[in-house]
Amino acid sequence: MAYSDKVIDHYSNPRNVGTLDKSKKNVGTGLVGAPECGDVMRLQIEVDEATNTITDAKFKTFGCGSAIASSSLATEWLKGKTVDEALAIDNMEIVEELALPPVKIHCSVLAEDAIKSAISDYRVKNGLPALEMAHH
Amino acid sequence: MLKLPIYLDNNATTPLDPRVLEAMMPYLTDVFGNAASRNHPFGWAAEEGVDYSREQIAKLIGCDPKEIIFTSGATESDNLGIKGVFEMYSQKGNHVITCTTEHKAVLDTCKHIEKLGGRVTYLPVNEQGLISLEELEAAMTPETILVTIMYGNNETGTIQPIREIAKIAHSHGALFMTDGTQAVGKIPVDVIADGIDIMAFTAHKMYGPKGVGALYVRRKNPRVKVTAQMDGGGHERGMRSGTLNVPGIVGLGKACELARLEMAADTARLSAMRDRLQKELMTLEESYVNGSVEHRLPHVTNISFKYVEGEGLMMGVKDLAVSSGSACTSASLEPSYVLKALGLSDDLAHSSLRFGLSRFTTDEQIDYAIGHVKEAVTKLREMSPLWEMFQEGIDLSKIEWAEH
Repeated sequence: MAYSDKVIDHYSNPRNVGTLDKSKKNVGTGLVGAPECGDVMRLQIEVDEATNTITDAKFKTFGCGSAIASSSLATEWLKGKTVDEALAIDNMEIVEELALPPVKIHCSVLAEDAIKSAISDYRVKNGLPALEMAHH
Repeated sequence: MLKLPIYLDNNATTPLDPRVLEAMMPYLTDVFGNAASRNHPFGWAAEEGVDYSREQIAKLIGCDPKEIIFTSGATESDNLGIKGVFEMYSQKGNHVITCTTEHKAVLDTCKHIEKLGGRVTYLPVNEQGLISLEELEAAMTPETILVTIMYGNNETGTIQPIREIAKIAHSHGALFMTDGTQAVGKIPVDVIADGIDIMAFTAHKMYGPKGVGALYVRRKNPRVKVTAQMDGGGHERGMRSGTLNVPGIVGLGKACELARLEMAADTARLSAMRDRLQKELMTLEESYVNGSVEHRLPHVTNISFKYVEGEGLMMGVKDLAVSSGSACTSASLEPSYVLKALGLSDDLAHSSLRFGLSRFTTDEQIDYAIGHVKEAVTKLREMSPLWEMFQEGIDLSKIEWAEH
């Protein structure tokens, strides 16, 4: 399969690979996917509680090039956004930015799920109700 | 300078040996006759080339030149062998025994004869990829007409106990066929000593051209016949009609001759390179060799790298032409049924790489491949949440994954 230049770029030079300290109250962690499905994404955000702004984002992904690129791109987009802005990120924006083919759309869906799951975790840690997660 | 990508997918196909091409060239140009033309020198010259090829092949596998039926390749040979026996021996019985790790050319042909009223037993394999002789013995019935078990596996290189299998088949009055596609030309195959009645093989896995193969069909002790699956001019003793592919056949013959003369040297060199590649890659934690290490073709190794996803891994080893456990069969992402038959989980089957070396593989290429694979696996693991969890001692099977 031919990958787009942007997928290859993110795969070869992934942004923000790593781990944030999940014991911190202002760090939210999302772990989505399953090994037998061939994709597992872990996405973490660190939030400045005063401004509700995401100051750092890290990921680790087990998956194909498109899955790695989707999560790498997501962390880039998350930094500097408020939590509410981050919630508005739609998987189709990732599809467009990375020119993902139809068989790889699920990678973008997983990235969106990972963002929402991380935000939900952050909310719960800070006494807010969990997000209703859409099940794909 | 090392030319990239490096071709290490020689179980899929091999490059044509220049000496084979040289032997073929006259038959692609001046000697263009139809080998079945008996009335003029054009036909005689073509037939001479074909007859010489039969001799070259016969010397490699220890048969009589008359026992070779030329076909378009191993898939056709497998079809002709299985369907041909099923039709020819229908009076005697309708039961065929094979195993789960056979090539699709055998498995799908067996499915076909099931539709025609045949009964097929698919023997399982152990984690080494080997069938159990006890299970074979137990599966034999008076209606069993054919046992067909491959010589060497295309994905793992595992070599089945051919002689013992043949003995069991014969002791019950059944014929023994083997798909020798990966083995012929790579390891010594002797149809008499091995007890083989029918054998499929092809030129392009042993540095010959694509589009030509053969079926060995025993002529005595016992005399075996297969019903033609292609009707027409009655070529190849009536078992396979169609004008002979003379240049291809000449190429197959030359490839067999070279294999016979160079097998010992090739085997020594290739197995040393393969062992070095494997030893180096096995220094990566959580890597596993798939199939038997003891009973294996000399030029093959198949290794799974846990906690790395297969497609991502293929993308990471872009400088190598190799197959993965999720590639060969696939536009779809089904994991290899061969590796699954060995008991591998889906994720381990997906994250496997098959390396097939050739006569033309160099030490320099192997050095590069070692470094390249190590780098890709290490990089992907640093990026893998599963690897991190594994290193923290978390049992991944205990996690409730959000299926999607």
